[in-house]
Amino acid sequence: MVLITTELKKRILVLDGAMGTMLQRNNFSEEDFRGERFKDFPHPLKGNNDLLSITQPEAVKKVHRLYFLAGADIVETNTFSGTTIGMTDYYLEDLVYELNFQSAKIAREVADEFTDRPRFVAGSIGPTNRTASMSPDVNDPGFRAVTFDDLRIAYKQQVEALIDGGVDVLLVETIFDTLNAKAALFAIEEVKEERNLDIPVMVSGTITDASGRTLSGQTVEAFLISISHIPLLSIGFNCALGADQLKPYLKRLAMNTSFNISAHPNAGLPNAFGQYDQTPQEMQALIKEYLQDNLVNIIGGCCGTTPEHIKAIAEVAKEFKPRQILETI
Amino acid sequence: MAEVKYLKLSGLEPLIVTPESNFINVGERTNVTGSRKFLRLIKEEKYEEAIEIARSQVEGGAQIIDVNMDEGMLDGVYAMTKFLNLIAAEPDIARVPVMIDSSKWEIIEAGLKVIQGKGVVNSISLKEGKEAFVHHAKLIKRYGAAVIVMAFDEVGQADTYERRIEICKRSYDILVNEVHFPAEDIIFDPNIFPVATGMEEHKLNALDFFRATKWIRENLPYAGVSGGVSNVSFSFRGNDKVREAMHSAFLFHAIKNGMTMGIVNPEMLEIYDEIAPVLLEHVEDVLLNRREDATERLLDLAESFKGENKSSEKVIQEWRNSSVQERLTHSLVKGIDEFIEIDVEEARKLCAKPIEVIEVYLMNGMNVVGDLFGSGKMFLPQVVKSARVMKKAVAYLLPYIEAQKDGKSSSAGKVLMATVKGDVHDIGKNIVSVVLGCNNFEIIDLGVMVPPEKIIETAIKEQVDIIGLSGLITPSLDEMVCLAKELDKLNIKIPVMIGGATTSRAHTAVKIAPEYAATVVHVNDASRAVTVASNLLQEETKEAYTQSVRAEYDKLREGYLSRSRYKNFLSIEEARKNKLQLDWENYQPVPPNFIGTKTIEIELTELIDFIDWTPFFSSWELYGKYPAILSDEVVGEQATTLFADAQKMLQQIVSEKWLTAKAVLGIFPANTINDDDIKLSTFDFRLLTLRQQSQKTAGAPNIALADFIAPKESGKQDYIGCFCVTTGFGVDEKATEFEKQLDDYNSILVKALGDRLAEAFAEYLHLKVRKEIWGYAANEKLSNQDLIEEAYKGIRPAPGYPACPDHLEKPTIWKLLNVEQEIGVKLTESMAMWPAASVSGYYFAHPESKYFGLGKIKEDQVTDYAKRRNISIEEANKWLSPNIAD
Repeated sequence: MVLITTELKKRILVLDGAMGTMLQRNNFSEEDFRGERFKDFPHPLKGNNDLLSITQPEAVKKVHRLYFLAGADIVETNTFSGTTIGMTDYYLEDLVYELNFQSAKIAREVADEFTDRPRFVAGSIGPTNRTASMSPDVNDPGFRAVTFDDLRIAYKQQVEALIDGGVDVLLVETIFDTLNAKAALFAIEEVKEERNLDIPVMVSGTITDASGRTLSGQTVEAFLISISHIPLLSIGFNCALGADQLKPYLKRLAMNTSFNISAHPNAGLPNAFGQYDQTPQEMQALIKEYLQDNLVNIIGGCCGTTPEHIKAIAEVAKEFKPRQILETI
Repeated sequence: MAEVKYLKLSGLEPLIVTPESNFINVGERTNVTGSRKFLRLIKEEKYEEAIEIARSQVEGGAQIIDVNMDEGMLDGVYAMTKFLNLIAAEPDIARVPVMIDSSKWEIIEAGLKVIQGKGVVNSISLKEGKEAFVHHAKLIKRYGAAVIVMAFDEVGQADTYERRIEICKRSYDILVNEVHFPAEDIIFDPNIFPVATGMEEHKLNALDFFRATKWIRENLPYAGVSGGVSNVSFSFRGNDKVREAMHSAFLFHAIKNGMTMGIVNPEMLEIYDEIAPVLLEHVEDVLLNRREDATERLLDLAESFKGENKSSEKVIQEWRNSSVQERLTHSLVKGIDEFIEIDVEEARKLCAKPIEVIEVYLMNGMNVVGDLFGSGKMFLPQVVKSARVMKKAVAYLLPYIEAQKDGKSSSAGKVLMATVKGDVHDIGKNIVSVVLGCNNFEIIDLGVMVPPEKIIETAIKEQVDIIGLSGLITPSLDEMVCLAKELDKLNIKIPVMIGGATTSRAHTAVKIAPEYAATVVHVNDASRAVTVASNLLQEETKEAYTQSVRAEYDKLREGYLSRSRYKNFLSIEEARKNKLQLDWENYQPVPPNFIGTKTIEIELTELIDFIDWTPFFSSWELYGKYPAILSDEVVGEQATTLFADAQKMLQQIVSEKWLTAKAVLGIFPANTINDDDIKLSTFDFRLLTLRQQSQKTAGAPNIALADFIAPKESGKQDYIGCFCVTTGFGVDEKATEFEKQLDDYNSILVKALGDRLAEAFAEYLHLKVRKEIWGYAANEKLSNQDLIEEAYKGIRPAPGYPACPDHLEKPTIWKLLNVEQEIGVKLTESMAMWPAASVSGYYFAHPESKYFGLGKIKEDQVTDYAKRRNISIEEANKWLSPNIAD
C-alpha cells in the first residue's frame, strides 16, 4: 500500500469537491432517503445526507467516482454529520457506527476501482452542530450545549468506524470552534494508542468572519497554535470563503507551520440566492495563484464545487510542485 | 538543521515567547489562594464581579491569566469550569491564554476540557512519583497545553540549588525522552521562597532561585522558567512599599538570569528605576545575600515605609469622564456592565420619558456595535456581550417604563423566532432575539429545525405580532419561501422578518415577498431588527412603513429579474407571439386635446411640491424613505440637517432664480407596426422598442413598449407623446461658484437639487399632459405620494431605463421635438443629456401600460434590431450590450 505521506512529497494531491450539492441533484424524496429499511421510521429523514450511504449507496458511490474521474486523489467519506451529536436531530444516534463504516467502505470500494495511481479515502469528521466553547444561550454565557467529553466520546465512535471501514486518513474539517476540534484530536489520539496504529490526520478550519477569525473568535495563528500539539499530516482551511478571500489566511498559516497545507475553498461566495457562481475556470485561475505562490500541498473544493471544478483544479495542480516544507528534526 | 522552538500559547490570539519577548506577565488576581476578594466572590457565586477582576488583569497588562480554585470549601471542578466558560465569552479577556493553576489533577483536567486555546497547566511534579507524573504529562500533551513543572519530587520540595537542578533535570529527561513532551512546552518553577524571614536557612532562597534559573536555561534546551513572585516578600505583608520594591528587584535579577514568565500582580510592582536608592540597596542586599545583617537592616528600614500603602481605590478609568452617551456607548461596545445602571440612571434624568433612554442613548450605542460588527471590527462574541449589557440597561429601566404606562401591557410586541426546518444554526437568531428582548419585545423562541406547521400553529395560538425566520444554509431559503406560501394560503397577515447568513434583501424581495400578501422584510443585522420591528408595529408608522417596504421590494425585484442570469430564452419570433395582447377591440384611444409640439417654461416654485426626496437622500448615501428617514435611528440626525440645508438653498434657488425650468413636448398620432415598432402617422418617424425574451411563467407575456400602442391592424388611431424637461441651466455655474469658495458641500447640494427639480418637472409635466394637454385622465386626483408611487394612469418611460434601455431612441426624440433648438438640451456622443438635470421620455396613455424591465435579450433580436435601426450588428451590440444575454 502506498502511503499518502510518500505521495505528498512527490506532488500536490487533489481533494474532492462538494458532496451535498452533488447528492441534491438526485432530488431525493423523503421516501428515497428512507429507502426500504427506514420506511416506517417515525421521524422525517429527508435532508440527512449521511444516511444516503446506507439507503442510496450507489448515488454516493457515483459522486465519489465522478470526483476520482475528474482527477481527485482523495475523496472524503459522506460522514460530515456522522456523530451521535449530529444524528440526534434525526433520532439516528444508534446508527452512527454503521453510517461511518458503510460510508468508508463504499468510498474505499470506489477508490479501489482506480488502479492508475494511488487514490485515497479521507474520513470526514465534521464540526457537529454544537459549540463547546460558546454558549447558545446569550443570557447564560457559562452554559455549554455540549462538553468536551460528549464530543470526545462521539468522535471516538466515529473515528473507530471510519478506520474499520478502511479510510487512509482522517480529516477533521470545517472547524468553527477549536475546542470541538481538540476533542476530535483527543479522540483520535486515544484510538491510535489503543489500537497501536498510526493514521495520518488532516485538520481544516473555517474562517467565518470579516475580522479573519474562526466563529469562536480565534485568529489564524491562535487556531494553528491550539491544534499543533498533535502530529498532523496537514493543516488548512475550508468552506465559508472563496479561494480569493481565503488566500491571505492560508498564507498566514503557511508562514507559521511546518505541516503540509491544505485548502478546499468554496466556489466563491454565495450569491443572493445562496448559489455559487464561480465557474471551474474562474476557480482554476484563483487556485493557480495559490500554486504560483507555492502555498499548498493538498487542494480541493468545498461548497459549490463540482467535478468540473475539481477537474480544472487537478489540471492546473499537475503543473506545479508541492509547497516545500521546512525540514524538522 | 536545528529548528528554532519557541513556547507558543494561545487564547483568541497567539502568544509566542521568543528570546526577544520581554518577561511574560501572568496575572495572579484570579486566584482564590492569593486574593481574598476573588475567593469571596467565587464563594458567593458572584461570577460577574469575579470576571471583572480577570478583565482588569488583562487591561492592566497581564499576558496570561492564572486561574486557581484550590480552596477547601469550594467545589474546584465546578468553579474552574464555570469561571473558564464565563471568561470564554469575554473576548477582551479570552484573547490571552489561560494558566490552569491547581494542585488537584481533576481540577486541572476540568480546566483543560473547556479552553479552546493552548494554555498552561500549573503545575505537575514528581511529588507523587514518576507514574502519576508521566500519566498527567501525557494527558496534558493530548489536551494540547504547556506545563509548569515544580521542583518537587517523592522526597520533597527542592530548597537548595542542587536539589532544584537535580529535580528539574530528572523531570526534563522523563518528559522529553519518555513522554515526548515538546521541550519548548516545558516551564520549570524552581520554587520562589520568602527571604528575610529571620531564619538562617532562608538566606539563600532568592539567590538559589536565580542560580537554578540560569542553570536550567543553559542546560535544559528550550525549557522556560516561571515562578510566583509575591512569595519572596511574604515576611513584609502589610508593607506594600517594601513588597513592591522587593518584587521589582527580584524580577530584575531573575529575568537577567533567564526567568521567562512569572505570576505577578502588576499593581504590586514598583518600577525598578524608581525604587528609592536606599531601599533598593537594602532589598538587594537581602535578595543577593550580600551582607550578614541584610535582613535586620531591611526590617529596620521597612518600619519607616509603613503606612505608605497605596490607596486601594482604583484610579477611575479615563472613559468615565466622558459624556453620558459616550459612556453608554463605551459600555455597550466593550460589553462592560459595571457602570451601566449608574449611566442609564443619569440618562433617564435627562429624558422626558424613560423609553427615550432606550430609543436614543442605548440605540445609538447599539448602532455603533452594529456598524463595528458589520465592518468586521467586532466579532460575534462581543456583539452577544453588548446585547447582554443592553439587556441589563433595559431591565433597569423597565420599572420606570411600566410606571409611566398606566398598567398597560409592557411588551412592545410579541415576536416569534425560529430557525426554519432543516437548519440548525441559531446564533444569529438568538442575537436578534436578545436585542429585541432588550427592547421590550416579548420573544417566543421556537429554536431550530422548526417545521412550518409548528411556526404557523404557534403564531396563531400565541397571537404573535411578528414572525422572525432565520437560516444559514442554502435550502433554508426555499423553506422560507414555502412558509410564506403556506402563511398566505391560510390568509395570515402577520409581518415576517427574514434574517440569517444566506438570506438577502434581493432574495427576500424576489423570492419570498411575492408569495405573501402581508409584509416580508429582510433584516440583515441585529441592531436593525429593533427599528424594523418597531416600524412594523407602531400604529403611526405601520402603514407607511409596510407600504414603503413593499414598494422598495417590488422595484428591487423588477431590477433583479431583469439581470438574473439563469434564464431560458425565447426566440424573438416566439416572444412576439407571446406579446401582451390588449383588448383593442373594446378600447378607444383618447384623442389628445393638443397634437404637435410645444415648449413650456414655468416658475420653479411650482415644482417644489413635486419633489421626491427619497432619492435625494440616497444620493448622499443616506438610505431610507422620506419622511421616515428624518427620524431614522442611524441617519436621522444627518438626514434632518441635510434636509434643512436643502430647504434653505431651495428657497434661494427659487427666489433668486438660480435655475430655469424649460420643457418641450409633442403628442402625435401613431400605431404599432411589425409588432415592435411605433410608427408616427403624420411624420416619417419610427420609434423602435425592444421585447422581453426571457421565458416567462405560464400566462405572462413578453412585453415591449409597442404593445401599449394600438397596432395598425386594429384600425384604431392611437397616439404617443415625447418630452424633454430641464432645470439644469444655471446649475453648473452655481456649482462652480461654490467650488471656488471651497464649498464642496453646497456645490454638491445644488447639483442634487437640480436633479430633483428636473425629476419634479417631469412629474409636473406628466400631470399636465394627463389632465390638460392630452387630457386622457382629465378627472385624475392624486396626492404627491401617489405620484411618487406611480399610481397614475399611463407611463412616461425614459430611454436608457429598464423598459427601453436603448439610448439610440434619444436622437429620434431630439429630432422629432427639435429639442436642442427649442430648449438647448444637448446629447453627448454617448447619448447623455447636457445639462445633467434633464429628463426625457415618452408618454403612453393606455391604462394598462406599465413600467417593466426588458431584461436580457438574445442575438436574434439584436440582429433584427440592427436591421430596423439600419446600423451594423456591431454597433447594435455596442449600444445594447448590457442587455444582451451571455
